[in-house]
Amino acid sequence: MSAVLEVSNISKRFGGITAVNGVSFDVQEGEILGLIGPNGCGKSTLFNCILGQLAPSGGEVKLDGQTVTGLRPSELNKLGVSRTFQLLQVFPKLSVRENLILAGQEHQGNMLSRLIGPSDAGLTDAANQMIGFFKLDHLAEEPAGGLSYGQQKLLDAAMAFMGGPRLVLLDEPAGGVNLTMLADLKDRLRAINQQKRATFVVIEHNMEFVMSLCTRVMVMAEGKVLAMGRPDEVRANPAVIDAYLGH
Amino acid sequence: MNAKYLKLGFGVVVIAALIIVPMNFNRYGLFILSQWAVMTIAAMGLNLTLGYAGQVSLAQGAFVGIGAYTAAIMTSSGFPLIAALAVAIVLCFAIGWILGYPALRVQHHYLAFVTLAFSTLAFLVFRNEEWLTKGIYGISNIPRPEIFGYPTRRPLPFYYFCLGSLSLVSLAVWWLIRSPWGRAFVALRENPVRALSLGIDTRHYTLMAFAIGSALGGVAGVLYAPLTQYVDPVPFHLSLSLDLLMMVIVGGSGFFFGPFLGAMIAVLLPEWLRFTQGYYLMLYAVAVIGLLIYSPSGILGILDRFIAERRTKAASAKRATATAKLEVTP
Repeated sequence: MSAVLEVSNISKRFGGITAVNGVSFDVQEGEILGLIGPNGCGKSTLFNCILGQLAPSGGEVKLDGQTVTGLRPSELNKLGVSRTFQLLQVFPKLSVRENLILAGQEHQGNMLSRLIGPSDAGLTDAANQMIGFFKLDHLAEEPAGGLSYGQQKLLDAAMAFMGGPRLVLLDEPAGGVNLTMLADLKDRLRAINQQKRATFVVIEHNMEFVMSLCTRVMVMAEGKVLAMGRPDEVRANPAVIDAYLGH
Repeated sequence: MNAKYLKLGFGVVVIAALIIVPMNFNRYGLFILSQWAVMTIAAMGLNLTLGYAGQVSLAQGAFVGIGAYTAAIMTSSGFPLIAALAVAIVLCFAIGWILGYPALRVQHHYLAFVTLAFSTLAFLVFRNEEWLTKGIYGISNIPRPEIFGYPTRRPLPFYYFCLGSLSLVSLAVWWLIRSPWGRAFVALRENPVRALSLGIDTRHYTLMAFAIGSALGGVAGVLYAPLTQYVDPVPFHLSLSLDLLMMVIVGGSGFFFGPFLGAMIAVLLPEWLRFTQGYYLMLYAVAVIGLLIYSPSGILGILDRFIAERRTKAASAKRATATAKLEVTP
């Protein structure tokens, strides 16, 4: 296995506040890394620094050994890095299918072919497959804004997979999703991980979800890495119990 | 399928009416209708920038002015209108592209002020650079073009020329908004952060939205000059940009047919209300205020809301039937 993502000494300061403080870790190909920690510990800020949504104050991010620090999110997406958001980020006025078509369109052709070429270019088929995969068939024509919170979360995840990414960073995918949908989501993520060898980094507060899905778990507290290891190791770590999991 | 044929039939009737009915119009009626076609093109450009891509612009009137002066200067110097059209498109596209750069840093009312400043700058150039624009005296005797050997000097042929131009622009815009570019513009308006994370180069699309919208303003200007056969700075003051903004918003911002309706209201309604003499502008203002209170998304927003409500009711009924079936099944 080779490291898909290498994060070295990443820091992010907002004025006098250090949100992320010298965080380093790597993610191997095909791995599912869980990222847990109390609210405000810097998990989402770390995601935003890795994904180019925020410029890190220091440190380096490498993708397949190439430095990608400071690249824009759209450029990283073209390199096969995708993400979901903690808060809902779908296009509410577009239908579920249109959301998915939009999510995949920039991975086909170039600017000119996207203007003068066929408007579909197989995207509808790809979107329909994703709709079926995430069991959203009955909602395909519905405007995304009319879906329930959990359904929008599923759509958000489905959109992240439209371009066939190699690395996906999921920010609290289970938040607000009911138990049935959660089981479905976990199955879908596992299937994509195994079939496509996609690599995941998952921020989540749902411990059952994290411990049963992830191959490794990293714990953050106050902007730093507190612990890293297999789920059972992390669960038994006294420092983690003290800072986050509780007794 | 029925709805599709209904829409098609309605479209055919409207197009036929636009071709046949004006045959009986007098000179003034044809002028107003030609003006509607020209302003619709300018409003379509603004609808692309504002309605689809969500970028506020108060400079569309300035681009109409740039197009009009380009046509006036070039055709008065003996160049064909098609050459003026090409120059105006390139010029407005380039200026629109540059004007788009502030949109990469500022949004909403801040962006409105940037474009307002450009609008004022363009007006000052039209008025003060007499060597080029003849200042407040304007440029007169602008010739009307010959299209494939057919002169358009008379009002009816010129109206058909404007209508034909509107048709071509409409087809091009229809193609654009149904292409992946159109979807990217909508993504830019709805959620730029998410768009960026999906690989959509929001910088490029923002600049394109400004450039294409501005170029359409230029196209409208190129038609405006031979329509009035005289250009001076006054029609291209900020008030034209505000009028075009009103056309887009009243018709329905982000709807393909919004500018058609908006321009119809802005150009034709004041004429229809003239029988009220001194009250017509007041009535016009009250009608616009009333409409926007009732439907902030414009006239087509009312229709859209009606269709959405019907769709939601149908979906709810479908779900209720499915639930009832599940409950009955042991």
